Amino acid sequence: MSTEEKKQQSEEIDSNPVQFHEDPEEIQAISPWRDAFRQLRKSPLAITGTVIILFFLILGIIAPFITGYGYDEQFLKDRLTPPNSDYWLGTDDVGRDIFTRIAYGARISLAVGFFAIVGALIFGTFLGIVSGYFGKWIDMLISRIFDILLAFPSILLAIAVVAILGPSLQNALIAIAIINIPIFGRLVRSKVISLREEEYILAAKAQGLKNGRIIFNHILPNSLAPIIVQATLGFGTAILEAAALGFLGLGAQPPNPEWGKMLADSRDFIQLAPWTLIFPGISIMLVVLGFNLIGDGLRDALDPKMKN
Amino acid sequence: MRLTPTFFIQLFNPSPQIQVRKISFVYFKNLLEYIHNFQYINNHIVPKNSNISLKKAGGVTLEDVVLELNDLHTHFFTDSGEVPAVDGVSIKLHKGEVVGIVGESGCGKSVTSLSVMQLIPKPPGKIVGGEILYKGENLAEASEKRMRKIRGNSIAMIFQEPMTSLDPLFTIGNQLIEGIRLHEKINKKEANERAIQMLHQVGIPRAKEVIDEYPHQLSGGMRQRVMIAMAMALNPEVLIADEPTTALDVTIQAQILDLMKNLNKENDTSIMLITHDLGVVSEICDRVVVMYSGQVVEEGTVREIIKDPQHPYTKGLIRSLPKLNEREQKLYSIPGTVMKPSMEQVGCRFASRCEFAFDRCFKANPELYSLGEDRKSRCFLHDEEKGVEEFANADLRS
Repeated sequence: MSTEEKKQQSEEIDSNPVQFHEDPEEIQAISPWRDAFRQLRKSPLAITGTVIILFFLILGIIAPFITGYGYDEQFLKDRLTPPNSDYWLGTDDVGRDIFTRIAYGARISLAVGFFAIVGALIFGTFLGIVSGYFGKWIDMLISRIFDILLAFPSILLAIAVVAILGPSLQNALIAIAIINIPIFGRLVRSKVISLREEEYILAAKAQGLKNGRIIFNHILPNSLAPIIVQATLGFGTAILEAAALGFLGLGAQPPNPEWGKMLADSRDFIQLAPWTLIFPGISIMLVVLGFNLIGDGLRDALDPKMKN
Repeated sequence: MRLTPTFFIQLFNPSPQIQVRKISFVYFKNLLEYIHNFQYINNHIVPKNSNISLKKAGGVTLEDVVLELNDLHTHFFTDSGEVPAVDGVSIKLHKGEVVGIVGESGCGKSVTSLSVMQLIPKPPGKIVGGEILYKGENLAEASEKRMRKIRGNSIAMIFQEPMTSLDPLFTIGNQLIEGIRLHEKINKKEANERAIQMLHQVGIPRAKEVIDEYPHQLSGGMRQRVMIAMAMALNPEVLIADEPTTALDVTIQAQILDLMKNLNKENDTSIMLITHDLGVVSEICDRVVVMYSGQVVEEGTVREIIKDPQHPYTKGLIRSLPKLNEREQKLYSIPGTVMKPSMEQVGCRFASRCEFAFDRCFKANPELYSLGEDRKSRCFLHDEEKGVEEFANADLRS
């Protein structure tokens, strides 16, 4: 900092001493949530993750406006064209523009991730709270169901679910939601069990609050932090699982531009036309990375022990 | 029960000493109410619409018993067996009275208080016997719905740890208002005003700002004040304070005790103060119940307990207090620790630590000997004349 700047700053402070010492924003009550958000904004990695996700989100939303092609429009003359000014990321084996397909595919991937995670979150949290708060036989029952679900490798379970329901994007989404339920359920259960012993829960009971009210007003808000972190991290996993199912032909059906399906369709051309695989692959990687970065940032921001 | 002249004399000279069998009494109760316009309140026969106050020896004006524990048994069923954490405890709490429950850690004080609120964790805990009478209603048999109405509204409770007794995610106002609006149908604005007023009453200086603050922004003493404000917001009949000052430093402790004493005087709230600190007891309590290993071992007014303890355990407790006017190299402490209550226990629970114990103490558990009006002690020494003399003459200072 140059001396001039320093002088200027000290002048500012001198001319406005009250404001410097008593910033009303600072004195006002700080909600733990707002505090966490402030922490999050300080983390460069979380910001990077947010930028990546926002990029793909916007790409998906404005897809029809930035590309003149349809995602299933075939230009048979221009099959397997390398990236150029007409086809920014090249074309695939039936002459479809890869950039267009990735942009539309972002819609699918983000939507699959969102709905699968929201579904898993709602059911998992509900089951976790019930088993953690009430305990006894209901905890026993729910925990054993979780154990059974977790005993299978997740992708195998997803395949089994899709095999029962039939291959489609919607069923892949349901399958992903189901395999994520025990992850949320266990997390919430353990959090609720530790919260249940907190003195403020006992104090709330001593005030005469009903169980439902204690759960919604005190237990749920206090266990929200790990749920949010898990949801963000799970978002990435869900997208990856959707891509895997798509790759196996059990998720989105042609001509839907699902990223995993795009990889599967072009795996024969990996040497002839690597761009057909590289760009969908990078997209998957970036989105998953983005969510993981946000998840890590959130975990640090919401954990009071990480506060400096 | 006969309609003898003495019975009618007793009617017009009401005294808590009337011991009547219940079944015959219900009949007489109805009859008398009908004919003589008398009513029956907590074992006392009192003429209707009269404000007869029963003067007690201790100087406390007692109108009626608000809370009465009758032979309460709370047991915990653990893997290593049944633990009688509260074993036949009987305590009476009169209106406007402050009763201290004293004892070492693990002697059943907290379990007693949680039993009253029906908040003992079940399983493993369970009230297996006895009555908890709140204004004549047995809470031990009350439904969960009824209990929710009573908790906070009629019987409020404050806890030991002010640092963890408030939900960290909500503002002070939020938590105060939640409790108020639960029991009273008033709108948010009114509840907010009441909350501010309560915070003022418990001596929080910037009540209007504090109401929008989060628990982590307040100090321990302030949080305990908030807890008291929460407990007192609905003007409960009974306040159970479970070691309210243990986690606070001495100056704050004195302030909180003053505050509780004031609330007790202004609102006529009965307070059941659980503590292990005899200093706290002597400061604000009217009567003291000393507990040991799940049982009441001594009961009396503060003055009696402090000046003239009868049970060896109480004597030991008082002896282990540091005294300002005496030079002692080493502070006395009762040898050993509280024995975990068990079902197999025979003999006096304190016998193994008692310096006056003799053969009888190890064979049977003494009953509570009545040593005067509301003065009780659980020790065989009261039975054995010789023992009493020896005991009374023992130089406790040595």
